[in-house]
Parts: sequence; structure tokens; C-alpha cells
Amino acid sequence: MTATLGVTTPAPPLARSGAKRSGLKRREELEGYIWVSPWLIGFFAFTLLPFLASFALGFTDWNGVGTPKWVGLSNFIHLFTADPLFWQSLKVTAIFAALYLPLSLVLGFGLALLMNQPLPGMRFFRTLYYAPSVLSGVAVAVLWGFIFNTNFGVLNWMLGLVGIAPVPWLESSFWVLPAFVIMQLWGVGGSMLIYLAGIQGVPTELYDAALVDGATWRSRLRHITLPMTSPTILFNLVLGLIGTFQIFTQAYIITQGGPNYGSYFYALNLYDTAFQDLRLGYASAMATVLFLIIALVSAAVFRWSRTWVYYAGRRGPAG
Amino acid sequence: MTSVVEAPERAAGERRARRLNGRGIARQARASRRLRTKRREAVTRAVVTYVLLIAGGVILLIPFAWLVSTSLKPPTEVYAFPIVWIPHPAMWDNYVQVFQQSPFARYLLNTAIITSIGVIASLTGSSIAAYAFARMEFRGKRVMFAVMLATLMVPIWTVLIPTYIFFEKIGWLNTYLPILVPAFFATPFNTFLMRQFFLTIPLELEESARVDGASRWYTFVRIILPLARPALLIISIFAFFYYWNEFLLPLLYIQSQDLLPVSVGVSNFVASQQVNFPLEMAASAIAIAPPLILFFVFQRWFIQGIVVSGVKG
Repeated sequence: MTATLGVTTPAPPLARSGAKRSGLKRREELEGYIWVSPWLIGFFAFTLLPFLASFALGFTDWNGVGTPKWVGLSNFIHLFTADPLFWQSLKVTAIFAALYLPLSLVLGFGLALLMNQPLPGMRFFRTLYYAPSVLSGVAVAVLWGFIFNTNFGVLNWMLGLVGIAPVPWLESSFWVLPAFVIMQLWGVGGSMLIYLAGIQGVPTELYDAALVDGATWRSRLRHITLPMTSPTILFNLVLGLIGTFQIFTQAYIITQGGPNYGSYFYALNLYDTAFQDLRLGYASAMATVLFLIIALVSAAVFRWSRTWVYYAGRRGPAG
Repeated sequence: MTSVVEAPERAAGERRARRLNGRGIARQARASRRLRTKRREAVTRAVVTYVLLIAGGVILLIPFAWLVSTSLKPPTEVYAFPIVWIPHPAMWDNYVQVFQQSPFARYLLNTAIITSIGVIASLTGSSIAAYAFARMEFRGKRVMFAVMLATLMVPIWTVLIPTYIFFEKIGWLNTYLPILVPAFFATPFNTFLMRQFFLTIPLELEESARVDGASRWYTFVRIILPLARPALLIISIFAFFYYWNEFLLPLLYIQSQDLLPVSVGVSNFVASQQVNFPLEMAASAIAIAPPLILFFVFQRWFIQGIVVSGVKG
């Protein structure tokens, strides 16, 4: 709270603008700080301070009782050199992201292209496809846990109709991640809708000009639709990536990370370390590493995106 | 002489006319052929589109059908093969059992309390802060806005442990305060969405009110907020879903049975059932029904919300 006050109070005006600054103007500034304070206080109290505290705790050994014991870098060293579960949970999360993100991009974009056609009934399909994506959480996880049931689940029944033998979705550390991908793709309507909005934002003059030039459907897609929606694709990609690192509820409910740690997502590992084993210092180090991974991967995606994202009028995806 | 001269000219003229005419006919034929292929292509494309969308739609609906069907099955039909889609007899009693075997009504009430306060909280803080970002001038505004957008990318896991310890120290464990109090302080996504919306409201409306001596607060409450109803509705809907589904925070902070929300309640119920699929599905169906109904009532707003936040975001 004191830190917050230190920032909300306007700093003394700088010399060059100070002389001209009237009382009215200062009053207006103060008003601005008061109005923005819900965010500012929340930012300090629930984001910045906990973030810094978490960072500091990462260098300690602590089970929540007494005072944290400073251990320097040893948590991080242990994480990277002597913790197979850390690597396993990273691997699980990375494989999931590598399977899910491209599939969701292709399916979501394909559906958006289909629904962008001026045909009757598209509103109906849009609503239908979007519906599963708004549902999440425990109940949906419980439902999918049963859908994937090897002997009595509806998915294996459907596969059986086309002659595929039952797949042990949740009983094999190989199949469990594909199962999670399928479950997550049920909500592909969410990214479909974002892509659809992006596609509909492309100025129609571009297509008119292309039609006069006799451009084919494929070249219109390749040279107009994709470049013009590339900021939306980037936005979805980054958000999807961040979301992947936070997958928790489904794994907690359906598999508890199993079988044989095959679905031990990073967030689940962090939760277990902090709130089951009460290794708060070690878990904080994991949180720091998570933050660094997200920051680095996002930065890499943004950097890579410079080769394919096209900003018409330089308007970025983040406003 | 004249005829000699005229004849070839006439012949040439006729030839030209014939040629032109022929070309015209050919062009017409080509054009109509092209039109026909174009129309045929359009029809083919429409048919392919509908086939794909219907097939995909059926696949998307199967989990819902499976949920409802299983929730009504007598135990004998759960393991039947081939699958019995229409339970016979339909066991409505499964739903009654859910309420009898666990305090499910209590869970629903708790979730309703958390969700309604959460929705109000999400609206208040965000719209006030968003108004400052959209309409007021103060030093550091641009930096703050950039910082706010950056915090969109900060995962909850990086702040969870210290906040948990903090809330434990001040004695907020086993209350809704750790879930609801932070909600009153503008969350980045909602603030961003509100600000984008405020920017589309013409300035003149406020200026005339301000000239007439109205205070900031009065203009905000009486002019801006009514105009921003669509954005407020969108945030309410998103917040409803968020708080309805919230699982991690109540899992961490709530211990007493009679304070648990539906999310943790379903999780506990399933764990206590030891594989009774019809009851598990009935519990899930009860938990999914309110958001699903809300979605279909407000689906237009949902889709607009995505458009506002997705395109401009």
C-alpha cells in the first residue's frame, strides 16, 4: 500500500513544463490517478509484489512454517540437473503444445474460411461450433474422462464403427497426450471465431481488385487473407502458448498426471510441489522458470513473426 | 466500275460483320459457359461446405448427447454394447440421487454467490480504470497501459504462492475473500476491453455535459456507462463463465464442505462415487447447464465480445 501511494502521487513537475502547469492541470492529473487507481492498486498488490516475492522465494528453502532459509541458486541447479519430474513435466507441456497449437490453427482457420462464405445458415453453425469452447472446468473434464474410457467410452465406439480397435486413451502414457489434444480441440470454436473476426476485417476492395486480375481462390488466400490476418494468427498463437503452460484442471481431474507421469503438465507439477509437498521455495523457483519460459518463447514467437506477420498501417495485434 | 469497287467492299463488310457476329456468338457462348461453370463451382463449394460443417457439427454434439444419455441410464445400460443412446427406462432419479448423496444444492448456491459478486466486481474496477485510460490525461498513462497489457501474459502460477501465503496470514482461508477481493481491482483483459469500447463513444456527448457543469463521476455514471452497456454485458458474460468454472482458487482456499462451489463439489462427488458413470454425468450435466443456457440466450453478445477483443486485441 505504501509503495502504491508512492507511485499514485504525481511526481513534482519537471522544470521545462513545470512553470506552465496550472493548478487546474494538476487537479486533472490527480483525478486521473484516482480513477486509474483500481488498476494501479491491484497491479501492485496482486501482481507486482507477489511476483517479486515469488522471485525472491525461489532462492529459499521453505515449508511455510518459520522463516524461509536462503539457499542461493541451489533450487535452480537442482531443477535443471537433478529433477527428472521437472523435465518430464516440461516435455509433456511442450509435446502437447507442439501437437495442439498447429492443429488448432489449421482447424480454426479452416472453419473460419468455411463460415466466411455468404451462405444461409452460417450463423447457426457459428453458434454451434462456438458452444463447446465456452464450457470448461471440472464438469467438462469429468465428461471427457468418460468419453475416453477404453471399454465403454463413446470415442472408441465411434472408432469401432470404422474398424479401429479400442485405443487405451487414458491408460497409456503414449495416448494420453493425443487424448488431451482431442479434448482441447473440442473448443476449437473459440479460435475459429477470432480468426473469423480477423478475416471479416480484411477490406473487401483487396478481394475486388484481385478478382479483376483473375486471381484464383488459392492465390487470394495466400496473398490477401493470410497476410492480412497474420496479426490475428500471431495473437492466437501467443495466447494459446501461454494457455498451454497453465493447463491444470483437466489433468488434475482426469489423470492426476498419469499414467506414469504421461500427462504431468507443468502447472500440475508446480501445484503438487507447492501445495502437496509444501516445498514453497522450490515451487517458487519453478514459477520463476515458468515465467522465464513464457517470456522467452513469446519473445521468440514475436521475433519469428517479423518474417510473416504483415501489419497494414502498422497497427499491432496489441492495440 | 462502281460495282467492281463496291463488291469487294461489300464482301469485306459482310465478312467483317459475320466475323464480328461470330465472335459475338462465340463470346456469348464462352461467357455463358463460364457463368455455368462458375455457378456449378459455387454449388459444389456450397455442398462441400455444408457437408463438412454438418459432419463436424455432429461430432461436436456427440459429447453433449453422450452426457445427457449417460446421465439418464440405468446401471445395466451403461456397459451395453452396442451403445444404447435412448435410455430405457430414463432414470430421472439419477439427478435426484446427486442432490441426495451430496450437498449439491448448497454447492450451486455457493457458486451463484461467488459468480454474482464476481460479475459485479469485474464490472466496477475495470470500467473506472478503463475510463481513466480512455479519457483522462496524466503522466505515465502510456507506460501504465503498456504495463497492463504486458501483465496479460503473466501466468497466475507466478503469483500464486505469495498470494496464498499472504491470504493465509491475514486469516482469509476458508472464505471467499481471496477469490473475490482481487476481482474488484481492474483486471487487464476487462479494462482493455472497456477502454476500447469507451474510445468509440463520441467525445462531444461528455463535453456538453461537462460544459453544463456536470462532474466527472456524474458524466461517467449517467452518460458513459449507459452507452457502454454492450461492453458491460460482454464483460458480465465472460466473468460469469470465469467464476462459474473457477476451480483452482476454491480448491486452494476453501475447506468446509458447505462453502464449496460446484466445481470442487463435482470433483469431490466424482471421487466419492467410485465409478458410477450415470451419477457422475448427471452431476456434470447440472454443472454445465447454467452456463450453456446463458450462452444460448446471449450468444450474439458472446460473438461480439470476441470480435471486439479479438480484432482490436
